[in-house]
Amino acid sequence: MNATQIVFWFLSALALVSALMVLLSKNPVHSVLWLITVFFAISGHYILLNAQFLAIVNLIVYAGAIMVLFLFVIMLMNLNKQTEPQKNAWLKMAGAISGGCLLMILISLVKQANEITTKTARMKDGDIGLIGNLGKALFHDYVVPFEISSVLFLSAMVGAVVIGKKD
Amino acid sequence: MSPVPVTHILFVSTALFFIGMYGLFTRRNMITMLMSVELILNSVNINFVAFNKYLYPGKLDGIFFSLFIITIAAAEAAVAIAIIINLYRSHHSIDVEDAGELKY
Repeated sequence: MNATQIVFWFLSALALVSALMVLLSKNPVHSVLWLITVFFAISGHYILLNAQFLAIVNLIVYAGAIMVLFLFVIMLMNLNKQTEPQKNAWLKMAGAISGGCLLMILISLVKQANEITTKTARMKDGDIGLIGNLGKALFHDYVVPFEISSVLFLSAMVGAVVIGKKD
Repeated sequence: MSPVPVTHILFVSTALFFIGMYGLFTRRNMITMLMSVELILNSVNINFVAFNKYLYPGKLDGIFFSLFIITIAAAEAAVAIAIIINLYRSHHSIDVEDAGELKY
């Protein structure tokens, strides 16, 4: 077991345990903090998978911007453990069974896929995910989706302001 | 050569997907449901990046898909939080069961 494998298993365990703690913790503020831990673990996976720029963008946009927005709204509404609504146990069991069945199906599907199980790749080296290569491809091959996403952001911003303002 | 096969990464992302799905089914707090949606989107991002790395190592398409998914998730979170704040202002609750007017 070499260093890459140890880092991979550590990050996977961190991501799964934190994702479970997001759902199990009653206090919404604790949920947000555990979700930030999940995003850090996922960014570590991106670095292992040679997508360095994506890892940094994930940290800045998700852990930095979206989670702070969530935390801000939770504190604005003064949510805590007492105000947290709970569903009954039957619905929880139904959710676990339906989710678990689909999970089993997908895992068995992945195990049987022979074309991808033989593929190997060199982890944590190579510079394809650095910002220079990404920028060249983004402004040549992906310039139309890039512009469309800017229009999407503008419309989302206008929509958020219109929905959120006091009438 | 890689010591980690691609199936292990796919197992991690599948488990994250269904943890998010379980949260979407069983929580009633709207903000926690939105956080479950973010978890699901992130598991899909891991899949895109892993397939890009293992199947097409010289290309960048998977990374760009993930980048645009992050973009759309940011826009979606902003609009959804605006809707939640508006609902909280009119209903004084963020329980999804209290916002059932559209059902009838």
